[in-house]
Amino acid sequence: MAKLALEDSKVLALDGDLGNSTRLDAVEKETEDSFLQMGIAEQNMVGVAAGLASVGFQPWVCSFATFLTKRAFDQIVVSVAQPNFDVKLVGSYSGLLTSNTGKTHHSLDDIAIMTTIPHMIVIAPGDANETEAAMNTMHQTKGPIYLRLTRDETIPAFLLDSEFEIGKGKMLAEGTDILIVSTGSMTYQVAKAIEKMDGISIAHQHFPTIKPFDKEMLLEGAKHVQLVVTVEEHYIRGGLGSIVSEILSEYLPKKVLRIGVLDAYSGCGTDVEILEENGLSVERIVEQIMRKWE
Amino acid sequence: MITDLKLTANELRKKILFTAHYNKQGHVGGSLSCADILTALFFNQLSIDPSNPKWEDRDRFVLSKGHTALALYATLALKGYIPEEELKTFDQYGSRLQAHPDMTRLDALDMSTGSLGQGLSAAVGIAIGAKRLKKDFHVYCLIGDGESQEGQIWEAANIAEKYNLDNLIVLLDQNGLQQYGWKNETNRKSPELRGKKKFESFGFDTWEVDGHCMADIVGALTEAKGQLNGLPKAIVMNTVKGKGVSFMENNYLWHSKAPNDEEYQQALIEMEGAIK
Repeated sequence: MAKLALEDSKVLALDGDLGNSTRLDAVEKETEDSFLQMGIAEQNMVGVAAGLASVGFQPWVCSFATFLTKRAFDQIVVSVAQPNFDVKLVGSYSGLLTSNTGKTHHSLDDIAIMTTIPHMIVIAPGDANETEAAMNTMHQTKGPIYLRLTRDETIPAFLLDSEFEIGKGKMLAEGTDILIVSTGSMTYQVAKAIEKMDGISIAHQHFPTIKPFDKEMLLEGAKHVQLVVTVEEHYIRGGLGSIVSEILSEYLPKKVLRIGVLDAYSGCGTDVEILEENGLSVERIVEQIMRKWE
Repeated sequence: MITDLKLTANELRKKILFTAHYNKQGHVGGSLSCADILTALFFNQLSIDPSNPKWEDRDRFVLSKGHTALALYATLALKGYIPEEELKTFDQYGSRLQAHPDMTRLDALDMSTGSLGQGLSAAVGIAIGAKRLKKDFHVYCLIGDGESQEGQIWEAANIAEKYNLDNLIVLLDQNGLQQYGWKNETNRKSPELRGKKKFESFGFDTWEVDGHCMADIVGALTEAKGQLNGLPKAIVMNTVKGKGVSFMENNYLWHSKAPNDEEYQQALIEMEGAIK
């Protein structure tokens, strides 16, 4: 973010008083003039971004995913998306890994919410390099875009291909029995899970863009397998699992296993405990897939 | 000059009533309450060019109380932004004149609004942008008193002070009524009329004037524009909902209602009487 702001004076970072959590403070340190503190008022922050965009700026509105997308949903729709303003919305701390903050800070519905909005592009990169590439693309692409970020510190730069193109998925592994589809932080978990599933031929597709969705790649990958599995740090309803199920049921009906957070409120705990409880640890992902496969 | 503006305001009211009657749609009460304010702005204060609606140095106007788009379109027609004939399309299928302002359809609009409380934040963003661009245009934002029940209005006010937005002028159409409101003994009322105190406490330079006295409106707007002292401005306009038509005045039932043929004729007679 700081790099973009240093390169382009029209790039402004708007903070909802969480800059020292989301590390948006890097912008303030590098180029203080590009950093606008908007206080704890997400609805206004989104509206101010719309106004700034109307006079030629490219505001990046940054907060925790849950506060940005739910607290300011109407503002995102009415003030940003409908007028098609060049506003970037960055939801950090998405999913479950929010540093022991529990139910109010988890964001398990933001994919569902943001993909309903016309004009809105939704991006969830898999590692830091892909995030950087995605942000460069966002900078070059006019119009509203939502970037879903994770706080998971354990994800290394594991993607061999960190190029990013809006609407393009990535084939990470080829296979003929099962296709596993993942996005965001779960792509690394799935890559590790696949290492533990010997004897089954597993394909793996990563979708760094959720809207528009790379339907062609999904259908191509699903063609020959018997089971499609989706894995996401999100409710299984309304997110990746729903999108994949919709496409498959319309074009290529397949058995689908959706792995993600079920219909419940999450609680506090360490990252390891919460992922385990919600079926998103490597072991539990393996266990659920094997049960379905057998 | 004031006499001319009063005549223009009268024309504007007639256009508002014509449009609502013709299309059988429109928020008439709140449109009539802000008619004098819009007249003062568009025919006396704003630095704008109807032949070049996207002129980048123009003053900006955000209608945060977007449900009174009817009044804004009538103003734009009078000012020459759109053909007067186009008012007949108001709120119709395919029209540029949507029930609530849609800037993607009409170049003359500086913001899309309609969900209350949002326009002021956008105006704050434009004003911050103007300062950063070192542009000296002003940003005007018309809000309602009912609308000010939305917390976002006060989130925006808070930031306006922090960013020293003396180029932001908030106009509060304080007509004391809303769609339904709170019941009192004789009528229904907005919960309170303390706009001036509130904006003062948020660090604004404030004025409170009769929102139907053209000389006072113009006076306050001129003063507000001239004070580049680092403080945002708020002018509270005490107005009458339905102003100019006796049977609409101070009656919340005219919040969103179009006059029938008889009511329209009666209203026109009153409009003619008003300028004699």
